[in-house]
Amino acid sequence: MSASSTLPPLLAANPRLDRWVGFPSPGCVKVSTGRVEIGQGVLTAMLQIAADELDVAPDRILLQTGDTDLTPNEGYTAGSQSIQFGGVALRTACAEVRGLFLDHAAANFGYSRPDLSVRDGAITHRGEATGHDYWSLAAAVDLARHATGRLVTKSVNDYRVVGRSMLRVDLAAKVFGEPVFVHDMALEGMVHARVVRQPRRGATIATVDDAALRRAAKGPIEIVRDGNFLAILGADETVVEAVAAVASNHVAWDGMDPINPFQEEARWLLQQPSIDRIIGPPPRSDPMPGTTRHEATYTRMHIAHASVAPSCGLALYRDGRLTVWTHSQGVYPLRDALARTLKLDPAAISVKHVQGAGCYGHNGADDAAADAAVIAFHRPGEPVKVRWRREEEFGFEPVSPAMVVTAQAVLDDSARPADWTTEIWSGRHTSRPGGGGNLLAAEALPNPPPPAPASESSYPPGAGTRNGEPLYDFPAKRILLHLVAETPVRTSSLRGLGATLNVFAIESSMDELAERAGRDPVAYRLSVLSDPRARAVVEHAARLAEWKPGLPPGAGRGRGIGFARYKNLAAYAAVVAEVEVDESVRLLRVWCAADAGLVINPDGAINQLEGGIIQAASWALKEGVRLDTAGISSRDWETYPVLRFSEVPEVTVELVNPAADLPPLGVGEASGGPTVAAIGNAVAHALGTRLRDLPLTRDRVMAALLKA
Amino acid sequence: MQTVRLIVNGTAVSPTADAETPLLDILRNRLGLMGTKFGCGLEQCGCCMVLIDGRPEKSCGKPLSAIAGKEIVTIEGLGTPDRPHPLQQAFLDEQAGQCGYCLPGILITAKALLDRNPSPSRKEIAEALDENICRCGSQIRILRAVERAARFLREGAAR
Repeated sequence: MSASSTLPPLLAANPRLDRWVGFPSPGCVKVSTGRVEIGQGVLTAMLQIAADELDVAPDRILLQTGDTDLTPNEGYTAGSQSIQFGGVALRTACAEVRGLFLDHAAANFGYSRPDLSVRDGAITHRGEATGHDYWSLAAAVDLARHATGRLVTKSVNDYRVVGRSMLRVDLAAKVFGEPVFVHDMALEGMVHARVVRQPRRGATIATVDDAALRRAAKGPIEIVRDGNFLAILGADETVVEAVAAVASNHVAWDGMDPINPFQEEARWLLQQPSIDRIIGPPPRSDPMPGTTRHEATYTRMHIAHASVAPSCGLALYRDGRLTVWTHSQGVYPLRDALARTLKLDPAAISVKHVQGAGCYGHNGADDAAADAAVIAFHRPGEPVKVRWRREEEFGFEPVSPAMVVTAQAVLDDSARPADWTTEIWSGRHTSRPGGGGNLLAAEALPNPPPPAPASESSYPPGAGTRNGEPLYDFPAKRILLHLVAETPVRTSSLRGLGATLNVFAIESSMDELAERAGRDPVAYRLSVLSDPRARAVVEHAARLAEWKPGLPPGAGRGRGIGFARYKNLAAYAAVVAEVEVDESVRLLRVWCAADAGLVINPDGAINQLEGGIIQAASWALKEGVRLDTAGISSRDWETYPVLRFSEVPEVTVELVNPAADLPPLGVGEASGGPTVAAIGNAVAHALGTRLRDLPLTRDRVMAALLKA
Repeated sequence: MQTVRLIVNGTAVSPTADAETPLLDILRNRLGLMGTKFGCGLEQCGCCMVLIDGRPEKSCGKPLSAIAGKEIVTIEGLGTPDRPHPLQQAFLDEQAGQCGYCLPGILITAKALLDRNPSPSRKEIAEALDENICRCGSQIRILRAVERAARFLREGAAR
């Protein structure tokens, strides 16, 4: 259809208008979005978009989110795409619904269409009430039809709700301790369950000492086994949890080849077979005699999502229908994955999103839901709740892969890159279950699905390659990717994907090149940056931080800048960091300027940018998954430390042109890479020597000082 | 099995359970108070923080046998939407939170701090909250919110 080609892609994929908007009872508007709340404030932003485009007060709107029975299929809530894509689809649908009601009023009551408008759901004619409203006409206006995209959305000047900070709609319940999380759900007759995990992919159960497990229990338990899937369940969660904690003493496994714990550092990637790809012009074959070259290598360990809540899922299998409650980022892809696992028709499965703690990517959420589903399938009629243990979350969630990135530049006469290569070694960043398998429970069942082949998303936005291409005006730029398919632990997407280390590598190298050229880092960047929005955020951040060129390096206190446009497609962000370094790094202050186009909820966007800064500071200074021969050994908050309150810097975030008539740009992942880079550059400035391996721990600072 | 008398949010209760049952499980599974969260079960993250006789304690590590006769305050005992505690109001004013899972524990730690120190410095607030993990990165707003609540409480006391 030609009409749908003009629709935003997510509306074209879910064209029925009644899938997005309805008027169920007088005064109430039902708005559906496939996007789910993961702590990022998306519900509030969606509400603002719908309120403005439908011309109703926000408190009239009842939001339905992430439910395979009720909401549009928008895939995953991920990649900072909710507002940029999901919001645009919702806006277009709402505009069309509003227009259909006005068309109906004009056609049936003799009004001239251009004189009609809507005020809080009531239809007005030249500003006067007509006595008609959405609810009185709801029966007459059929929304069971496809969107056409023929009606334009409002212009920025007409927004009343969008662009103003609005209180988060989900926050009050959380502050009062209301049971809003999936972890808080309790169904009548529910049993609690814990899974005894396969210690390794492909490990098989040699023996299970059922009697010992039952002896360890202080109350009744039951054991469910299917192939290598083993679960303990019972009505009393305390009893089940206590048995789960000691269960590994009573189960013996085969197929437990040790892994190489040195793989916790990233450089092992360099020796691995890989799937290679070039993005951009082929590398130069001639060495360009007489020119200067720069090359530096940067690394990062595996990083955990480290959600503050272990993953949780509930399931009920009754009368041939499976219902699953989950904090997964994608209810539809999970439904399809469960259908494959249990050999059920997807139509017989309902997957409903209920909030969890922040996940920041693909953590254990889908796996916990699948655990519950498999157990429920074995126990028809019995609601099953699985809540992972802390050790399980750290030990078995898919982590963000370790990476090595080499930045290579051939410099021209004025010490600027004429030819740039970002060479990347990385495990896979995308292995969500929707793509084919990759559910722990499925792998433990008889005849497990083959592992999905490692693949890299097309560029841009890419995955490991994300932000591998500098936004700077270099005449030739390319990315060389070495995708390493075999990794010691399961890996998948974490906030920013490859952008974090790629931006760290590029922006560290920009500082190294500026130093070589004898230029100030900010001035050097601006000399090769023509995108006006990029220049504006760099200049804005420098101004915010009162950036002064020429401060001497090696003084124990330092400042650094980092810049990127996330994915080279989403929001622009520049970050300045100030640190003090003696034996370890103390992060004192961070300033950030971001351009996210039209911002729906300015305070919400700032909250996201702040959160990204603090999380990235934690990655940069503290985080790395530890391995031993048995797998991930950092299974608590002492062995996997994250930034604590006393270590958090002062943070200032400003939005550049937030009311601009420009498309909204995703902001949730924009500040991470620039923050890690700014901290790295600040530490190098403070020490007078550069650390290129993350995290920048005390041990690494000491080693660098000894070497210098 | 042991029956223990406790005061929870001002109400006397007498749960019967194995003596080693953590207070957290008593609150959530016996008393239906879901506001106190499980985070680690290792006394490392502060998600399960409650007041026991006015002191902030991690309820995941407190067995039933150790709390007989004690007075427990959970997040549900702090305030309600109609009558929010100044800390809860301040957290909403500052929009201090993202996913919100850590907030009940943080609010309890902050209440214990303000009860013993009505004018804490930013550093003292941060040090008290080092018992709690926030992974979303809302710390700046949370610190501001606790400062704001301290101001509310001091002004309220002065009136």
